[in-house]
Amino acid sequence: MTDKPLSEIWVYLAASPLLWLTATLVCYLAAQRLHRLGGESPLLNPVAIAVTLLIGLLQVTGTRYQTYFDGAQFVHFLLGPATVALAIPLYRQRERLRTLALPILIALPTGVATAALSAVGLGVLCGADPVTLISLAPKSATAPVAMGISQKLGGLPSLTAVLVVSTGIVGAVLGPGLLRLLGCRDEAVKGFAMGLGAHGIGTARAFQLSPVMGAFAGLAMALSAFGTALMLPPLLRWIGLAG
Amino acid sequence: MLEALTLILICQFAGEVTVLVTGLPVPGPVLGMLLLLAWLWGRGGVSERVGGAADALLGNLSLLFVPAGVGVMVHWERVRDQWAAIATALVLGTLITLAVTALTMALVQRALAWRREGGHD
Repeated sequence: MTDKPLSEIWVYLAASPLLWLTATLVCYLAAQRLHRLGGESPLLNPVAIAVTLLIGLLQVTGTRYQTYFDGAQFVHFLLGPATVALAIPLYRQRERLRTLALPILIALPTGVATAALSAVGLGVLCGADPVTLISLAPKSATAPVAMGISQKLGGLPSLTAVLVVSTGIVGAVLGPGLLRLLGCRDEAVKGFAMGLGAHGIGTARAFQLSPVMGAFAGLAMALSAFGTALMLPPLLRWIGLAG
Repeated sequence: MLEALTLILICQFAGEVTVLVTGLPVPGPVLGMLLLLAWLWGRGGVSERVGGAADALLGNLSLLFVPAGVGVMVHWERVRDQWAAIATALVLGTLITLAVTALTMALVQRALAWRREGGHD
């Protein structure tokens, strides 16, 4: 056993991506266990718990976000392949997809416009500044799309990332209850609404509830990524928010 | 597992390159998803191995959002100063979006069923 001082070991560990990659996985597994211990209550959302734990750790150790992200980027990278992989549950639902084509084609632009206009409208009413409004507008789209749109229109992409994740958590926690209250029984309709309004986190929650719901949430998430990318720039220009 | 991952990465890569070349306003992975869907349609099925890898990736989808979520610490001051507007837009806006989307889809479905059953001649 060498007698290296603890601080020296810390300096080494803090500089390598291993530490924060490991911390991300450990915190997520702990959050998942807590979620299970709490009877899978949607209030104990694993993403929210893991994020809280990690921010606490970063604060205590005085670590900057950029340092954390150098390690966590390996997890973040997998968002791309996961988006591509959504083709597989979709393909498995191809028969239902065919029969639901028209309702989906109408619900998609309606939902995408509602997501952006409700966020901007409520933000204006409560006194948010234009940069926050633009960062809020794409919040229902999946993170990579929303961040790209936010950047293009003059928002803050990293703030948008946080708002996207928060939207997903809100949708995952409150969505299934709301849809039950509205009397929605069709798994395809429930899934589509969850994926459109709460993207990947809503989709993850939908997969927990049923495979059909998950597949349609994945479909809605992919379609709304397209819809948001196409509709949002003209929509924000129309309401005078983007140049 | 390796085959499936390669197939997925090739689709993502093709999607990213297409976006770079054509300047389409959609992200590469979304286009990659459509390419994989087209590929599955062309082949007429999902092999066990590809399906298993996709299920493993999608089963842990929530984890992938954690690094972006931790980014809230960078914007602490903005969030603190405008928390009421942000919280209202997040919670109410998301609930409104979910409700409008679900009701629109259910309504169109019902209208179509009514027409099919000869609601009018």
